[in-house]
Amino acid sequence: MTDSITDNRRAPPVGGRMATPDCATQKHVPGEVGIWLFVAGDLLVFSAFFVVIALGYREQTELFAQSRTTLDMWVGVLNTFFLLTGSWFVAKGVESCRQAHGAASSRYISLGILFGLLFVANKSFEWGLKIANGVTPKTNDFFMYFFSFTGIHLVHVLVGLGVLLVVRNVSRRPELSKKDIRTIESGATFWHLVDLLWIVLFSLFYLL
Amino acid sequence: MTRSVESGFLRNANNIAWIVLVGSTLFGWWLGYTVKNVQGDIRLATAGVLVTAFVKTWIVGFQFMELKQAPSWLRHGFDAWVIAMCVVLLILCVG
Repeated sequence: MTDSITDNRRAPPVGGRMATPDCATQKHVPGEVGIWLFVAGDLLVFSAFFVVIALGYREQTELFAQSRTTLDMWVGVLNTFFLLTGSWFVAKGVESCRQAHGAASSRYISLGILFGLLFVANKSFEWGLKIANGVTPKTNDFFMYFFSFTGIHLVHVLVGLGVLLVVRNVSRRPELSKKDIRTIESGATFWHLVDLLWIVLFSLFYLL
Repeated sequence: MTRSVESGFLRNANNIAWIVLVGSTLFGWWLGYTVKNVQGDIRLATAGVLVTAFVKTWIVGFQFMELKQAPSWLRHGFDAWVIAMCVVLLILCVG
């Protein structure tokens, strides 16, 4: 269990590249340990949400099935695509910061932010349409869960976008210290958590 | 030229993970929508949707969150969550 990132000294640049690609190949905790404690806590909280939705599905199968037909499947599929693609660009950005740090690193993070914004726009469009049609959290249990849990997730997306802005600023530095790399990894880990939680919510609300 | 670009693209693990994730999203959609509403076994389709979702979450953790390079306590802790959550939801939704 080798942790290759142990201090916050600036790594000497070698031809415009990061001199510490070892963290990409050796065993290490990505980012700070603290972010993983947060990830664990959030996973537990959302686990409870997932169980609540599944119990609702089990006990009110007909109501859930009927309510689900009013959701626009394409909005859900498109939102999944936006978050998966955003995560992909952020992962590429982290990879770029370590291996060939340059302008491309922050461009990848910017693309991640763009796809996150597309998710927010699409989700707002979906909610707006539902509310305009008189569908609210008070309509039934399905929509109470739908608005509550996707709303909590949306807050995560907005926080994640703020985190990515910080990550982008750090990635723009001409030289990245080991501490900078840790910050970038921690921010990326949070963004991937947002993506991961949506994958399960999408399946429970749109596909079952 | 095109072939070398394609092979370069497919040599990157993050690119492959993204392709698999998008592909499995379409597969999960087909399972949940087409099979369930047009023909087939609802319980099987429901199980397929849930298993596909948790395979996707595992890929996000393993590749994008870089758990493949994490110490075993962290990696296996995440694996345990994925399996436990998938089993619990399968019992509640299919059992």
